[in-house]
Amino acid sequence: MLLVDWLYVAAFAITGLSLAGLSLALVWVLSPRAPYPQKRTTYESGIVPFGQAWAQFNIRYYLFGLVFVIFAVEVIYLYPWAIVFRQLGRFAFFEMLIFLVVLLVALAYAWRKGALEWI
Amino acid sequence: MNWWVEIAKAFLAAVGMFTFLAIVAAMFGVLLERKVGGWIQSRLGPKHVGPQGVLQTLADTIKLLQKEHITPRAADVLVFNTAPLIVTTAGLMGWLVIPFGTLWGKVLVVRDLNIGILFFAAMASMTVIGILAGGWASNNKYSLLGALRSASQMISYELPLGIALVAVAMEAGTLSTVGIVRAQDGWMGSFIFRQFPAFVIFLVAATAEVNRIPFDLPEAESELVAGYHSEYTGMRFSLFMLGEYAEMFAMAAMITTLFLGGWKGPLLPPILWFFLKMYLVVFFMMWVRWTYPRFRLDQLLNLSWKILLPAGLIWILISGYRITF
Amino acid sequence: MGTLMAFIILSAVTLVPAVVVVTSKNIVRSALSLVPTFLGITGLYVLLRAEFVAGIQVLIYAGAITVLILFVIMLTEGGTGVRVRQVNEQVPVGALVSAVLATLLIWVFLRTPWPQGPGTLPEHTAGQIGVTFLSSMVLVFEVTSLVLLISLVGAIIIARRER
Repeated sequence: MLLVDWLYVAAFAITGLSLAGLSLALVWVLSPRAPYPQKRTTYESGIVPFGQAWAQFNIRYYLFGLVFVIFAVEVIYLYPWAIVFRQLGRFAFFEMLIFLVVLLVALAYAWRKGALEWI
Repeated sequence: MNWWVEIAKAFLAAVGMFTFLAIVAAMFGVLLERKVGGWIQSRLGPKHVGPQGVLQTLADTIKLLQKEHITPRAADVLVFNTAPLIVTTAGLMGWLVIPFGTLWGKVLVVRDLNIGILFFAAMASMTVIGILAGGWASNNKYSLLGALRSASQMISYELPLGIALVAVAMEAGTLSTVGIVRAQDGWMGSFIFRQFPAFVIFLVAATAEVNRIPFDLPEAESELVAGYHSEYTGMRFSLFMLGEYAEMFAMAAMITTLFLGGWKGPLLPPILWFFLKMYLVVFFMMWVRWTYPRFRLDQLLNLSWKILLPAGLIWILISGYRITF
Repeated sequence: MGTLMAFIILSAVTLVPAVVVVTSKNIVRSALSLVPTFLGITGLYVLLRAEFVAGIQVLIYAGAITVLILFVIMLTEGGTGVRVRQVNEQVPVGALVSAVLATLLIWVFLRTPWPQGPGTLPEHTAGQIGVTFLSSMVLVFEVTSLVLLISLVGAIIIARRER
């Protein structure tokens, strides 16, 4: 039954979070605490930290993220097709052929335009 | 059906699985890694705690439990503390759909979800969030750089992973893990034979997903001083490690289920077969780790986007053609 | 009864982080708060017996869109450590407007005679979706691939121009 299945999913999520949290709480009880300013500085190869790490980052990550989201959506469309195409015969195959060719065109375009290039 | 009984059973199963992962994946896994590493590099590995050093990781765990939690002053405390929990939980969730074998005619699986392998892929994708959150919250340049690298690597390899899953689903006609194992009949029925390219793609992508050498750029000790978990100490660090090893074992278990025929095998009991195959895959991943050097970031992304992804799509077309005609 | 309780809990899981998204002073925290919101919506899909959509919700929204949003935020000029106020002086007006809108929507929902026909749920929603795609929704399915292609082209062109 479906709802029971997902009850287990919820139980796994709650248990995972709480048991991991519990181990942190256990450490809080067990471990010593002796903070001093030098200990709480950010590690930066032994020198005094220079500015913050929360700086502006490169656009390349963003480009990869964009291409990824689009392809992830396309792969999602393959799942329902994959489990039923056997029963539907040739028509289903040619339909997916068109879909995948468009996908490959998209990949080729991204490739050609250098969106997959890490320079 | 009594809902309270089901809820109690669900939580018991979850606690049981967590304990199983902490012992088999994390403690035994780390020990195995060190022993295999020692063997490959002609040294002994851990030797002193317990007979042949088998209690080494237990001792390490007890030590880590007593270590101080150091939170950097610049860090975002709330996110900093939540991130390891996310990674650990994501590592645990995937095990929900793994079938361990059969016992008295019943399949040993926590829940055989209808969307089994899709669920597995979804849970694997949640690790990225934990790693990004942890790396950002540390407010350390190495950590954030490592987290961003890790995220771009993991999203890049999620696509080949998903495509390999689609190929298996095509062959089996179902998304449920138990159904996929049942579809692999006979001695040559394992999907590793019929779906060999998908197997290779999945293996490579799985190794990259769990950030292991040769895809360990996010943690590269020599350049990023452990990457996204530079600032994590004690138990919080070990939660990251637990999540990572749980994920790695889950990937090995998934490869066993998808391509190696799961629990099926002659003579020996099914559960034994499952663990035998799983440890074989785990050993292979360790072997790779102690043999190969690290990729460069551009090589790594090229491998995913320009080789694995097109190859996977074309392989789907080929399998579709073969199955239809 | 159990379903109602699950619905209330999941709504809280969806809505409380959603409030954090629009009120938090730090944008990365806002983005990360989207994750529990998406997961709560996953739970709501499960309550509707839409298992496959629930899986997609985790994979695409919680796993992919959030990462994309985080990447975008990392591009913020001046870095992500900045603290910004998300609300301005127009809070009372905004509250009024949203209250009116909420009342209106609830009123419409209560007044609409929702069709309640007898129907059967398919055993495997994913398979049923596949059959629909390959039979009555063929055109939609193929056009989807074109839409995705166009969005990829558009995304690349826009992102390139910024450089």
